[in-house]
Amino acid sequence: MKSDKLKSALLLGPLVLFLGLAYLVPFLGVMQWSVTLPEPGFSQYGKAVTDPLIQSVFFRTFRICLIVTVCAVAAAYAIAYVWVRGTPAQRLVTELCILIPFWISVLTRAFGWVALLSNRGLINTWLQAAGIISEPLTMVRNEFGVVLGMAHFLIPFAVFPIASAMRSLDERVFLAARGMGASRLRIFWSIFVPMTLPGIFGAGLMVFVFALGFFITPAILGGGRSVMIAELIYLRLFQSPDWGLGAAISVILMLIVGALLILMLRLVRPNKMLG
Amino acid sequence: MKPTPIAVFLAFAVALFLLLPLIAVVPVSFTPARFLSMPTDIWSLRHYQALLDNPAWLQSIWLSLRIGILSSVIATLLALMFSLGIWMFRPWFGSLLFGFVLLPMVAPPVVSAITLYFFLTTLSKVNDIVAYDTWVGVAIAHAVMIAPFAVVMVSVALAQVDRRIDLAARGFGASVSQRIFRVILPNIKFGVFTAFFLSFVLSWEEIGVTLFITSVDAVTLPRMMWMGLRDNIDPAIAAISVILIIIVITVILAKTAITFKLSRKS
Repeated sequence: MKSDKLKSALLLGPLVLFLGLAYLVPFLGVMQWSVTLPEPGFSQYGKAVTDPLIQSVFFRTFRICLIVTVCAVAAAYAIAYVWVRGTPAQRLVTELCILIPFWISVLTRAFGWVALLSNRGLINTWLQAAGIISEPLTMVRNEFGVVLGMAHFLIPFAVFPIASAMRSLDERVFLAARGMGASRLRIFWSIFVPMTLPGIFGAGLMVFVFALGFFITPAILGGGRSVMIAELIYLRLFQSPDWGLGAAISVILMLIVGALLILMLRLVRPNKMLG
Repeated sequence: MKPTPIAVFLAFAVALFLLLPLIAVVPVSFTPARFLSMPTDIWSLRHYQALLDNPAWLQSIWLSLRIGILSSVIATLLALMFSLGIWMFRPWFGSLLFGFVLLPMVAPPVVSAITLYFFLTTLSKVNDIVAYDTWVGVAIAHAVMIAPFAVVMVSVALAQVDRRIDLAARGFGASVSQRIFRVILPNIKFGVFTAFFLSFVLSWEEIGVTLFITSVDAVTLPRMMWMGLRDNIDPAIAAISVILIIIVITVILAKTAITFKLSRKS
């Protein structure tokens, strides 16, 4: 069937060609920047790995991402549990509370945190009016604000794989445990949680990978004080033109994310995660 | 096994946490002051008025609409053709190709941003249309970023189509285009529409890549908001945020109401 081959190429070709030209080739160009600017060689990679400033940014990024992942997955687990197993009314309310933030842009959500946490924001204004504090609490332009904002952004993403793991459980297992006299708490911790572990790990890895490349939320809520990798790349490109170094850090970030994605594919089958 | 009161309490605490920043935007948007603050005695509409008075806001909205439509048409069309090709012909290298087209979705946004920055600045040397800081250039870059999402949406819709109807059409001698237009497309039109809608929303909100590939000419709505957020925070951001939040809530409530009605009918 020669014509079939031609027709399948006509259907598959355009997108593959488009992404090849507009994504793969330019990425190779970025890799080329990383080994040619300002001079040929791997000196930019050496600098990216040994420079204490860049090292500290990498460590800070990993630390923040780890904290955010744990918080987001725990919170997502709590809300997913009621979304999947609650009464119809509870399910409706939790679903709306998951979907509405999910569809609102990252800028609006980061701004919402600024409105809430800044010195003249909601919380400080109320606390001062109530006479609980005299000086405003500093809650943005530091890591606290960054962690809150990122966790807020990532919770809805973590909910979906966890909820799909919870939905696929066999109800009879719990009935059996009940029949054998297990308490509700025991059923939850010894049966329910272990059976949803693949969803927890899938959600955790996904959130961690997303968080690594985060740019907007840390830039707005961190106020330039707790710079993360993505913002560092932006600064290297546009503020202190140092394209080679920015490109080298991008390639390193891509490698780390690639390794984590392969790990994720090994741990959980992707079709299971999409539900 | 119904959730215990403690579980429900925890879930609603998380739900409140998720809504909190969206609620906080509302009072700030009515402040009479020029800076970010809570209104005390007087509630003012001046920041909503500012959105109408400053032509830059309306221009950025119009630009984002154009970019959103062009990029989502390109992305949905290419994604539809690609997914149809995979579904109908099932080539042996299909999963490899599928993984490749998902790259812009799984790569860190900042890596995609520097990649597309390279792409558009290189093209700028040879033409002025698909170039750095032009609306067509931004639309092409957005199409790259949103195409993987469109592929996923269309493929999910195709996975629900019964292969046997396509086999039957083929057995009766239908050509490839007849199979596509008369058998498969009518069955996935809702999925294609969803893919288009999602693509549009993703482009409309895109900021990570847009920040790298625009400077002064192609100022999209998110870019405009970003500029107002970085330096002295402009309360007009609160006003535009409230409007965007209201649009999202209306659409989601309408969709929930429609699905609720449909499920009661059946």
